[in-house]
Amino acid sequence: MFEIGLSHYLSVAAILFTLGVFGVFLNRKNVIIILMSVELLLLAVNINLVAFSVFLNDLAGQVFAMLVLTVAAAEAAIGLAIIVVYFRNRGTIAVEDINLMKG
Amino acid sequence: MIVQALSFYLFASVAVAAAVMVISARNPVHSVLFLILAFFNAAGLFVLLGAEFIAMILVVVYVGAVAVLFLFVVMMLDISFTEMRQGFLQYLPLGALVVVVLLAELLMIAGTWLGGPDLAGARGFPTPPPSEITNTHAIGRILYTDYIYVFQASGMVLLVAMIGAIVLTLRARPGVRKQRIGDQLARRREDTIELKKIEPGSGV
Repeated sequence: MFEIGLSHYLSVAAILFTLGVFGVFLNRKNVIIILMSVELLLLAVNINLVAFSVFLNDLAGQVFAMLVLTVAAAEAAIGLAIIVVYFRNRGTIAVEDINLMKG
Repeated sequence: MIVQALSFYLFASVAVAAAVMVISARNPVHSVLFLILAFFNAAGLFVLLGAEFIAMILVVVYVGAVAVLFLFVVMMLDISFTEMRQGFLQYLPLGALVVVVLLAELLMIAGTWLGGPDLAGARGFPTPPPSEITNTHAIGRILYTDYIYVFQASGMVLLVAMIGAIVLTLRARPGVRKQRIGDQLARRREDTIELKKIEPGSGV
């Protein structure tokens, strides 16, 4: 209980990851919340990478965590730009209304 | 040891609670603020792990840049929040099912993973002891040598993202009266002013 090991960190990351997936499922109207859920997913992945890096004594994991961080920042910027353009054109950001391409 | 364990449980529980609030808060502004709280607590977990550099980068990049970007966009868009919440419960059963299965599987992995026997041999960059060299220094040593191409590639990713965001959101609106300094400076006196000699009493 008071001996914090790798599995503790993996459990926290698993819970955060699941909450992120749940957020994507739950908020079908608001794209911004979906983007925030994706950020939560990436944070959980980062926790996994850093925990493995520390407990396996390999620094490469922390370098990859920084790579994930970079991609997360780029994804947030592009995603929010797309949302702004979409809102300008349609006046809404509901995911269910995005069916112009009939995919 | 006790203090470390207690801080782990504090950071972990606050992070999870904040994540729950992110996906369930009624107001998106509150969601962003809870996202910031979750990131701060994750940074605390990283400090506990001994990865200070990643922790500080997390605070700077996420709280300083990404969360503020989210806050700007949430406040800029004029959305009715009550409408946004409709259909919240529609996907709850399916989502709960998927999530329960996913969580059970992930926790099984987390609880039982022991590592293979070849793990020590596969180690690429052993962490130097913290008494010799700081975490930041150690990361810098391999980031700028062995991972230099990865480093440059992530710089390119950020550049493309920046240009893409600018191209997407830049627009030329018609009918907007703006000051055009070039046109103003290009005006010459001869083009615009004409002097006429008017005889007195004759009119124009």
